[in-house]
Amino acid sequence: MQNRTFVSGYYLDDKDLVEGIKSLQANNIEISDVRTPFPVHGLDVKLNMRRSRLPRAGFIAGAFGAAIGFGFQAWVFTQAWPLNFGGKPYLSVPSFIPVTFELTVLFAAFALVFGFLISSGLGPGAPTIIFDEEVTNDRFQILLEATGGNNEQLENALVEAGAEGVKRHDI
Amino acid sequence: MYKSFEFTKKIRSIVLAIIAIGAVLSVAGIALNLDHTHRIWANVLLNGFFFTAIAMGAAFFVIVHVLGESGWHTAVQRIPEAMSMYVPFGGVVMLLVLVGMHDIYHWSHTEHLDEILQGKSPYLNPIFFSVRTVAYILIWSMLVMWFRKVSLKTDTNSDIRLFNKQRTIAGIFIVIFAVTSSTSAWDWIMSIDAHWFSTLFGWYIFVGSFVSSVALIIILLFILRRMGYMQHVNDEHLHDLGKYLFGFSIFWAYLWVSQYLLIWYSNIPEETVYYVKRMEDFEGIFYANVLINFLAPFLILMARGTKRNLTWLIAASIIVFIGHWIDTYLAIMPGSIGHADFGILEIGMTVLVLGIFLLIFFRNFAKAPVVPENHPFFKESFDYDNIR
Repeated sequence: MQNRTFVSGYYLDDKDLVEGIKSLQANNIEISDVRTPFPVHGLDVKLNMRRSRLPRAGFIAGAFGAAIGFGFQAWVFTQAWPLNFGGKPYLSVPSFIPVTFELTVLFAAFALVFGFLISSGLGPGAPTIIFDEEVTNDRFQILLEATGGNNEQLENALVEAGAEGVKRHDI
Repeated sequence: MYKSFEFTKKIRSIVLAIIAIGAVLSVAGIALNLDHTHRIWANVLLNGFFFTAIAMGAAFFVIVHVLGESGWHTAVQRIPEAMSMYVPFGGVVMLLVLVGMHDIYHWSHTEHLDEILQGKSPYLNPIFFSVRTVAYILIWSMLVMWFRKVSLKTDTNSDIRLFNKQRTIAGIFIVIFAVTSSTSAWDWIMSIDAHWFSTLFGWYIFVGSFVSSVALIIILLFILRRMGYMQHVNDEHLHDLGKYLFGFSIFWAYLWVSQYLLIWYSNIPEETVYYVKRMEDFEGIFYANVLINFLAPFLILMARGTKRNLTWLIAASIIVFIGHWIDTYLAIMPGSIGHADFGILEIGMTVLVLGIFLLIFFRNFAKAPVVPENHPFFKESFDYDNIR
């Protein structure tokens, strides 16, 4: 695997972080990632991140689950094993609703959880790269990828952008 | 910066015209139905309850946000606040119902009661019923007016104690309303079918009225924006209002299914009689009710884009608003008049009461600045966005 060099700078306040991002963007420096201990409002818009595709995956899986849930019950209770419950018709739609609902939720939830794990490269056994453990505590970190040995230039840019501390990471 | 609403002559004459049309149609409808007094009183109850419940739903909307310490609602807060000022006037319409009690509630004929109704008579008797009705109206009116008074004080006084006082009122309100929202629904609506009962009926009716008040908040917001006010309301606020409409429509459907499914399953005549009546004599609107109030907002508002688009949002709101009028119609009419009647009387009374509601709303909305600028979370209302 090719060696990659990252430069990171951390902030102690989300307002400073947002200011730092603004100043880096004003200098046309591409930000590769921002790591924060809690969601910062409006960060996704400032970083021009594209909208997550997870809702769509959830919708498709949910619709699929609803179809499976309803279809399976309808098939079982009219074709495969018709049973008479209290004189109700074999195809009793009201009694199918709870199971249909549950399968919709189940499929959608699975699609969302596994879709999220896959799209963000997480999960059991996935390699984790920790740039700064304090990010889970009280630090807001900006990551820049250095290309062609411009890491010093990036470090200066980060300091200029108000970072409290700057580090270099080779992986 | 925030343009104050002016109740101009033009708006006033439009609202008065709505009231006049409603009054003429109502009088014509009453004249045509003089020998069907059931139908007249059932319509008084239907519209009296529907709009009073909307006004209380609007008050609830403000109250939960005060208790939840939310900030975003302050941009639109004055709309539900002004809507809740209708409660005392809606109470007057509900007092009319006491006059026509014998035409709506068959348990009120105390001289011939069967065994079951005799057993219920300690609760369901005309005197206690009247006392409860008056008590609901008085307590609710006092609470909404008290809250409004404190909220209006914040316009000239930025003392934090006023905000804390709002929270105290909200706490009292929520405790009282938690009980009275259920009991009032039992008294006014469920007791029409006096032999039948459902334990979740109170929540069902309350959630229905809360959805209609959110729909009406959006509709009024749209009207006000069209007239050039409320320009500070942005997509994020629309998105949140849309979420309310979407989520609570689903919750309404959840309660609808919960009530229907158990009765359908157990298939006990005392319980199914409620649905048999509605499915046989009100067949079309019984199924339309679910389609309109669940499927329409569910499908329209599922996507993020439609919640942030005022045209889609307003379409869903109007559908849901009409849908919940139909839902209330379906709760009241089968027990009181027995068959689906829809004509000049129904339209006239609805337009009349809607007109009065609008008149009171606009008058109260004009009395105060369109936003509570001294609210401690007011800035937050413009400093947030919904996650993509």
